[in-house]
Amino acid sequence: MSILDYFSAILLAGGVFFSFTGAIGLFRFPDFFTRVHAASVTDTIGVILIIAGLLLQTSFDLNIIKLLLILAILLLTSPTASHALAKSARHGGLLTLAESNRSNDR
Amino acid sequence: MTEVLIDLVLLGMLAMTALRVIFLKDLFAVVMLFSIFSFVSALIFINLDAVDVAFTEAAVGAGISTVLMLGTIALTGRTEKKNSHSSILHLVVVCVTGAALIYGTMDMPPFGNADNPIHQHVAPRYIEDSPKEVGLPNIVTSVLASYRGFDTLGETVVVFAAMIGVLSLLGTARPTNKRATPESGLAKHRVLHVVAKIIIPFIILFALYVQFHGDYGPGGGFQAGVIAAAALILYALVFGASFAHRIVSPRQLEVFAPLGVLLYASVGLVGMIKGANFLDYNVLASTAAAGQHYGIIIIELGVGLTVFAAMLGLFYAFSNQVERSNVQ
Amino acid sequence: MSVIVDYYNYWIVVFLMMAGFYVVISANNLVKKVVGLNIFQTSVFMLYISMGKVSGGTAPIIIEGVTQYSNPLPHVLILTAIVVGVATTAVGLSLVIRIKHAYGTVEENEFQNEDDAI
Repeated sequence: MSILDYFSAILLAGGVFFSFTGAIGLFRFPDFFTRVHAASVTDTIGVILIIAGLLLQTSFDLNIIKLLLILAILLLTSPTASHALAKSARHGGLLTLAESNRSNDR
Repeated sequence: MTEVLIDLVLLGMLAMTALRVIFLKDLFAVVMLFSIFSFVSALIFINLDAVDVAFTEAAVGAGISTVLMLGTIALTGRTEKKNSHSSILHLVVVCVTGAALIYGTMDMPPFGNADNPIHQHVAPRYIEDSPKEVGLPNIVTSVLASYRGFDTLGETVVVFAAMIGVLSLLGTARPTNKRATPESGLAKHRVLHVVAKIIIPFIILFALYVQFHGDYGPGGGFQAGVIAAAALILYALVFGASFAHRIVSPRQLEVFAPLGVLLYASVGLVGMIKGANFLDYNVLASTAAAGQHYGIIIIELGVGLTVFAAMLGLFYAFSNQVERSNVQ
Repeated sequence: MSVIVDYYNYWIVVFLMMAGFYVVISANNLVKKVVGLNIFQTSVFMLYISMGKVSGGTAPIIIEGVTQYSNPLPHVLILTAIVVGVATTAVGLSLVIRIKHAYGTVEENEFQNEDDAI
């Protein structure tokens, strides 16, 4: 294994770690907004690390450009989707955990 | 070994998704689970080397089907009512059928074996001779457009017929009287507007790439038509249907859909006029290889046009129903 | 053991088919029935594609130096079937919308009761 392979392995492992924590957060977090937050960790840092790891695995050819395009599209669309989801929930009248606790205390 | 492991994990995810669909009463969640089911099955298709199929499943099953189903539950209500009749009989029927099918698989040749009968007869000829006879690297496109061109013509006609069926059931989307206003669509979502405006040109560019690069990589008219329709569906969802009608009106779609089928069939007729069989492309140009190339590009264009018009027409018909029920 | 390795793919696909089939016959709501039908349909696609797989083969796009390809014929059949499938699904869903207009409900037992009352 060359030095690039080690770097690639570290980056891929990091990507897997963040995707995995995102998935756990999706199940374990208490309310909608924290869950969206956990899911969007998978979309952003997980994807960046995995694609960076894959970039180190390819030889210098067209695949690099394809991977970078995939990264650009994902970084543009995934946060937008999370934003639209959270905003629609807010628009529909869903309160965060802190807010609903406060209204319960009163 | 890795392939088997990936396959097993994905199939397990599919099984869990399917089981969840059975027990959920919230139809919105059911439709979303179906979308996930489609995406995961697209991954399985990639693992089984069917890249063209995976492409189509991801665009059609997960994209268009989900949008149409969501449109339907917007009209029919979101929850399934409690089921009154007993499900024991259903379970028995399903178990007996499943047991019979599994008994049937025992006589099938083992999975993935290169000596299976299916790989012995037609496929070797396609794999060995199609690069010489048709001259395209993508065997799936060669078979789809050239060897089985008549079959594909039939499929295109079925898509066209389904569009006619839906339009006659739901009525054509008439151009709305009210002017297109920014209030329609998701007016409050400024971020969505900006991002949609950035990525829609790229989606259309990608559709054109898939359409004309389908001879060399995965893709072709079916996928390209669906992707182009998805770009306009995104526009209609974010900005409102009346804006999308100004770009491609329902009336234009009613012209595009038959035009694609006619384009496809007329390639076959030109071959007949030149003295060959229906859909024989060899005579279209001076050499057989060039003729095949022209024929495939033109019929893929016809397929793309019909599929684009049909998918967008279906969406317009459904969204028109939803808007009408919102007005009432 | 070899039986499991040889057939596990077909068995899981049969299980998915039966899950879709169960939804079709047991669900009361027509939209859910359509979803079940689609699950059944996708599982059938998977059965066909599984049959075309050759272990050690690659996707059927000619590359220099590769001799073992998966069978392209099931891919062609299923590719067109997927697009036709969504078109027919759309026809089914528009029939559901028509039923909703005519009866005011899409629950199977409710509109059957209305039919019986006539």
